[in-house]
Amino acid sequence: MKPVLLDVAGLSTTFPTGRGPLIALDDVSLSLDRGRTLGLVGESGSGKTVLARSIMGLLPAHAHRQGHVWFEGQDLAALSPRDLRDIWGREIAMVFQDPMTSLNPVMKVGRQITESLRHHLRMGKDEARTAAVDLLDSVGIPEPKRRADEYPHQLSGGMRQRVTIAIALACWPKLLLADEPTTALDVTVQSQILDLLQAKQAERSMAMILVTHDLGVVAGRTNEIAVMYAGRIVERADTATLFAETRMPYTESLLASIPRVERPSHTRLQAIAGRPPDLVTRPGGCRFAPRCPYAQPRCAEEEPPLLPAPTPGHTFACWYPVGTPAGDEALARNTASNEASNKAADRAADGR
Amino acid sequence: MPEPQPDPASADVEHGSTGRRRLGLLFWASVGWLGLIATLAATADWLPIPDPTRPGVAPARQPPTLHHLLGVDVLGRDMLSRTIHGARVSLVVGFSSIAFGLLVGGAVGVLAGYFRGRFEAIAMGTVDVLLAFPALVFALALVSFLGPSLGTVTLAIGVLSIAPIARIIRASTLAFAQREFVLAARTVGARHRRIIVNEILPNVIPAAVSFALVAVAVAIVSEGALAFLGLSVAAPTPTWGSMINEGRTVLQDAPHISFVPSAAMFLTVLALNFAGDSLRARFDVGEGRL
Amino acid sequence: MNARYLGRKVLLLVPVLFAVSALSFLLLNLLPGDPAIAILGPSATEQSVAALRHDLDLDQPLPVRYVRWMGHTVTGDLGRSYVSNQPTVEAVRQRLPVTLELLLLSQLLALALAIPLALLAASKPNGLLDRASTSTAFAFLAIPNFMLGVLLIYLFAVRVHLFPATGYTPFHDHPIENLRAMALPAVTLGVAELAVYLRLLRSDLIATLQQDYITMAQAKGMSRNHILLRHALRPSAFSLVTAAGLNLGRLIGGAFVVEYLFALPGIGSLTVESIFKRDYIVVQGTVLLVAVGYVLANFAVDVLYGVLDPRVRHARATA
Ligand SMILES: Nc1ncnc2c1ncn2[C@@H]1O[C@H](COP(=O)(O)OP(=O)(O)O)[C@@H](O)[C@H]1O
Ligand code: SF4
Ligand SMILES: [Mg+2]
Repeated sequence: MKPVLLDVAGLSTTFPTGRGPLIALDDVSLSLDRGRTLGLVGESGSGKTVLARSIMGLLPAHAHRQGHVWFEGQDLAALSPRDLRDIWGREIAMVFQDPMTSLNPVMKVGRQITESLRHHLRMGKDEARTAAVDLLDSVGIPEPKRRADEYPHQLSGGMRQRVTIAIALACWPKLLLADEPTTALDVTVQSQILDLLQAKQAERSMAMILVTHDLGVVAGRTNEIAVMYAGRIVERADTATLFAETRMPYTESLLASIPRVERPSHTRLQAIAGRPPDLVTRPGGCRFAPRCPYAQPRCAEEEPPLLPAPTPGHTFACWYPVGTPAGDEALARNTASNEASNKAADRAADGR
Repeated sequence: MPEPQPDPASADVEHGSTGRRRLGLLFWASVGWLGLIATLAATADWLPIPDPTRPGVAPARQPPTLHHLLGVDVLGRDMLSRTIHGARVSLVVGFSSIAFGLLVGGAVGVLAGYFRGRFEAIAMGTVDVLLAFPALVFALALVSFLGPSLGTVTLAIGVLSIAPIARIIRASTLAFAQREFVLAARTVGARHRRIIVNEILPNVIPAAVSFALVAVAVAIVSEGALAFLGLSVAAPTPTWGSMINEGRTVLQDAPHISFVPSAAMFLTVLALNFAGDSLRARFDVGEGRL
Repeated sequence: MNARYLGRKVLLLVPVLFAVSALSFLLLNLLPGDPAIAILGPSATEQSVAALRHDLDLDQPLPVRYVRWMGHTVTGDLGRSYVSNQPTVEAVRQRLPVTLELLLLSQLLALALAIPLALLAASKPNGLLDRASTSTAFAFLAIPNFMLGVLLIYLFAVRVHLFPATGYTPFHDHPIENLRAMALPAVTLGVAELAVYLRLLRSDLIATLQQDYITMAQAKGMSRNHILLRHALRPSAFSLVTAAGLNLGRLIGGAFVVEYLFALPGIGSLTVESIFKRDYIVVQGTVLLVAVGYVLANFAVDVLYGVLDPRVRHARATA
């Protein structure tokens, strides 16, 4: 039997900073099969980009990475930079967040595609050129021949992102890492780019990790979803399961913040109160505890492990999961004590 | 005068660095050297050294000895004394020309950056025109037509320093004129004069000082070049540039005659550059090529 | 690049050229006392002084003089030497190739060393080579060219007889001798340029290497060298072109000193010699030519920049 396409085991990444090591990724494990799509969701700063880059091994020189990244049975973490370069762009490709900055401003877009083709697939000049124009055409760029000879700044944001997708797809990678590919784009073109990615993924039966801070984006487009918080995966399930049987309070909060078409536009989204923890000086216990509506004393002391739920493939890390008796009770207790303290505060205010 | 180059190295991205950089040992060594040179130059007349213009204090071209620590020159004049007196010309020209440039260029820059509008357009247009000149060539022309002297050399270099200084000062004024505290002062109706003196100047001065130090170095080198060409203060008054020139015909037997003033000038220029760059890094004013 | 961009640049050229010409023209007025006497010296006869006053239109009001002088100038008449009687234009024509060769060689030398050094330094910021080259560049910037020239003469002409200390051989007479004579002057002039380019290019490259498109090129599996040369160097080349233009001013000033020091028969030594001989008309003419040459060279660099850099080119075209 072929090994699974991607199997990340115990991956941790730290950055040394003036204040001490910043643990951006803490013991992350996940696996992904050929042709499947995984949504990677979390607030900004939760470590999604670091995870995607750690999988590739494309980290700044000062970063420190531990753990294994099995790709088709080969541990990428053990490869030399030279061997990694044969994987990058060819086996695993990446689409970056901001198409305004991820294309070289002084190189024609055609050239930015052909250089991969010539390097990895050893294509000749003309062959690569033809392939590049075909690629531009296949990602929905009109007049691809003319566009190939233009510079990035002559294209709109959406067009540029199509170009970066064409670059990523050039060598038929088996895994595509799309890091917030629509965050920097106009709302109107966001879904076009997502549709394009989805179509290409299906057409080539390529595996894809779609990174986003917006659960709404991945809702209809991925097989599975992993939710990240403060450098950890805190819940993971099939897309349908995750929405139907949310267990982790953080996932629930994210769900509450999805913009919905059916909501009147003036209702304010419920943003999650508070801020993610400082990854240098993070205290023990559950990382979400300071912001969690379910939090109990135990949460501040012990970090909940990532454990399987009854539904196959569903895992989560929480002591008082949403929709379970323990969770309901915890929430009720917190609500009651909040009301009590509110009343106490009111009384104190009246007494003055 | 060539425009001093901003230090691109201070624009480096540094990971995990917090706060301002401390001023290091080399900065204080630079300040120490400049202080020493300035003190010696100021007190030269009272120091126990021979008259720098008196020939034949020792056999001509004699290398350093205990009596004449830096040797004597082609006419048998004491090199230590000449170097110390030469510092006067370099320092006086360097500092007064840039002081003049700062006064005029600084005023133009602050007013242009603060009031913007038509004044800025005209002032900066003029600056651009002035910057389009090959500075040293014009300094040379001015000095040769006016007749070389301490005054004309200072004036020529000072005039040529106005444009680059105005440009830098305007840029840093612009950066502060848009900050909240200035906008706030403007909205509560504070007088322009008060805002400029109390809010703008204290913030612009660090940038001006660090740039001025580098500019003084350029001015000293420019004076040196003019003196080397025989177009600065007239002989027999010693200047570093003319001393270097005098020694170059006897490099074979008496290299010290060129090398002693060279070393003095090199260290002074290095110290000024270093002090200026350290201050720039320290005050985070390395906004790069403005 | 479109005609409007070019038009604007040309328009900007007008006030600059006017200022340059006016200042060069006014130089004569800076002479203490009667310019004619200053030029001819105190022993000149009254007749010759009167003739010169007439030649120079000194009896006319200033604006008229300027217009007449400009009239001569644009028709290629920059007056003549009152020492040798040679027309200034003729003297400049003889000497120009030397100066141009010196400028070209020093620039080539500086760039040929600065580019590879900057690439090496930037590919490992704060590495040994980077720190060594950065501090060496810093020290080089503190060495005035006349000082460096004397030092080089001492080392390579006096101590080791590798190069001639002074003198010049025309290239078409003896190419090797010509290059030997030009070696020390070109190095003297090029070292400061090298330091400037190295610092500029290094910090430019380090900033470029932080860009997303470099990470993107890495993610494509491109090799380190390919990324440095193809992706990082090209954007920096444009700032280098601009810097080369701006540096030209200092370079020309430096050429004056270096030509004087190494006794090269270029424009610089022509000017300096003329100053010594009080040959003010020649000085005025060379100063004007050098300044105009500098302005035009910078204009050419500006235009070149617009042609080369696709970002500028299209920004103008679409604006
Ligand atoms: N090069 C780096 N040096 C130091 N810290 C970094 C670096 N890159 C990312 N981080 C830190 O790692 C954490 C996760 O960042 P990131 O993966 O970019 O978040 P996300 O992509 O989910 O928004 C953040 O706290 C960020 O500050
Ligand atoms: S463990 Fe506690 S704090 Fe953490 S998510 Fe669950 S209930 Fe909230
Ligand atoms: Mg990110």
